[in-house]
Amino acid sequence: MSEALKTLGEHIAASQETAVTNWSIAHGELTVEIHDDRIEDVIRFLRDDPTCRFTTLIDICGVDYPERAERFEVVYHMLSMQQNQRIRVKLCVDEETPVASICDLFPVANWFEREAFDMYGITFSNHPDLRRLLTDYGFEGYPLRKDFPLTGYVEVRWDEEEKRVVYEPVELVQEYRDFDFMSPWEGAKYVLPGDEKAEG
Amino acid sequence: MADDQAQTSERNFTINFGPQHPAAHGVLRLVLELDGEVVERVDPHIGLLHRGTEKLLEHKTYLQGIGYFDRLDYVAPMNQEHAFCMAAERLAGVTVPRRGQYIRVLYSEIGRILNHLLNVTTQAMDVGALTPPLWGFEEREKLMIFYERACGARMHAHYFRVGGVHQDLPPQLLADIRQWCDDFPKALDDIDSLLTENRIFKQRNADIGIVSKEEALEWGFSGVMVRGSGMAWDLRRAQPYEVYDELEFNIPVGKNGDCYDRYLCRMEEMRESVKIMIQCCDWLMREENQGEVLATDSKHSPPRRAEMKQSMEALIQHFKLYTEGVHVDAGEVYACVEAPKGEFGVYLVADGTNKPYRVKIRAPGFAHLSAMDHLNRGHMLADVSAIIGSLDVVFGEIDR
Repeated sequence: MSEALKTLGEHIAASQETAVTNWSIAHGELTVEIHDDRIEDVIRFLRDDPTCRFTTLIDICGVDYPERAERFEVVYHMLSMQQNQRIRVKLCVDEETPVASICDLFPVANWFEREAFDMYGITFSNHPDLRRLLTDYGFEGYPLRKDFPLTGYVEVRWDEEEKRVVYEPVELVQEYRDFDFMSPWEGAKYVLPGDEKAEG
Repeated sequence: MADDQAQTSERNFTINFGPQHPAAHGVLRLVLELDGEVVERVDPHIGLLHRGTEKLLEHKTYLQGIGYFDRLDYVAPMNQEHAFCMAAERLAGVTVPRRGQYIRVLYSEIGRILNHLLNVTTQAMDVGALTPPLWGFEEREKLMIFYERACGARMHAHYFRVGGVHQDLPPQLLADIRQWCDDFPKALDDIDSLLTENRIFKQRNADIGIVSKEEALEWGFSGVMVRGSGMAWDLRRAQPYEVYDELEFNIPVGKNGDCYDRYLCRMEEMRESVKIMIQCCDWLMREENQGEVLATDSKHSPPRRAEMKQSMEALIQHFKLYTEGVHVDAGEVYACVEAPKGEFGVYLVADGTNKPYRVKIRAPGFAHLSAMDHLNRGHMLADVSAIIGSLDVVFGEIDR
């Protein structure tokens, strides 16, 4: 299995050498990293090339790494039913740069891209209909970004006097308790009280 | 001329289907643009059941996270847990004992029957038959009792664990499941006799919502949606996980890719699932196959109670497991199972801490529903509910 993946990885890297920056096999899965402006070419190649035949687009999703300059990773998963193979294509992009939409190649990408836009604010150029998908009508912010709080900013309730649903800032009876489980022996980023004396 | 224009603008109108419509199978709002009774455009508005599962999972340990997967596709809860556990196992390098694998397969197949019973019968209700759901739900109820006897909950099981399943099944439960497998085909035949040759049911489903092979590929379909179109693609066979490669079962395939063929596929799949369940029960009941159901050499499994009375390390491990959880090595993995609705996948990114860095849930229904506009164009308004039913959508997993 991994031998076949290796051959496939070499084939893709050789055929798309201007686009592919890196490829690797981990946990029995092939990951190909590419330049952010070459996604259309690569996906088209993976779909049409006779040794690849990745004809099913499984998923598109974002991952947020706020500490990086190009903070978002956009991850494409594809499946070839003919070759019985899977592949993961990744690219990095910052908040401003749009990624080329692949709706023309795979119509199912339409909703996946809308979701990535909704959750992370990643924009896709030439997308036919880039609206929010999962969040509430009139929602602001991008909920899956790491700097978006788990509890959100607004809550809703039915107002008996106004006879409508009203939006209010979140008020919690008890703060959400997000415990820090990193033990001081395993790389916690704080100094335990008293430890500062050890330096002097 | 002016008269003509006035007529067209009068005729084309937009209606809201749902979110409180019984045939919308949950909280789906469809904005339908109609020309008379013919559907011109469908704009599904989803997200009314969005609970932020993916965000929540980033704040829970791996053990706590499993429970959220029951609440995705709440019609077949354990199949979802399965995908998440498999992803975590692959990252953590845990192997599941064979008995654990058989129990997982057994309950995955129970989930498949739970799902198909609900889908087939409620789809029949959408096209006008009331009796099938009543008969189907009786059998579902029995299956849910098997869920309850295994884990204590009828629906939200939290039974699969990283490294196996929580507890072994009592012998009596296995015997009862085995007995049910003998009785169920008769109940299924009864439902079959109500629907398969029923004239109204055929009129409402045959040649409706046809999906060609090419369409199935470009719209990212999986599960029954591709098998109904004549492609023998099943992850249990193509990319076998657990013990599926040792079990005997067939993969039913449709011919025309319409709602009726998908119905037939689902009916046949239930019969195949019963076959798998029988094989699993027989294997599990054998004397030589008793043993552990949860990996013993992994930090993900709690120590046995008796051990904790004697061993300090066991006590510490128990405490750490249920408070801090286990640190999973950094890496990324995509694990998928053949859920009843199609390919249910989990893309898990771990950063070496006790919580996932990112979990992306790939729900089959999401891709299926996104093709609503494409599938419904040119159909009559009455066909919309037949097509939704046949897509097999559940909003727990689509909205996440």
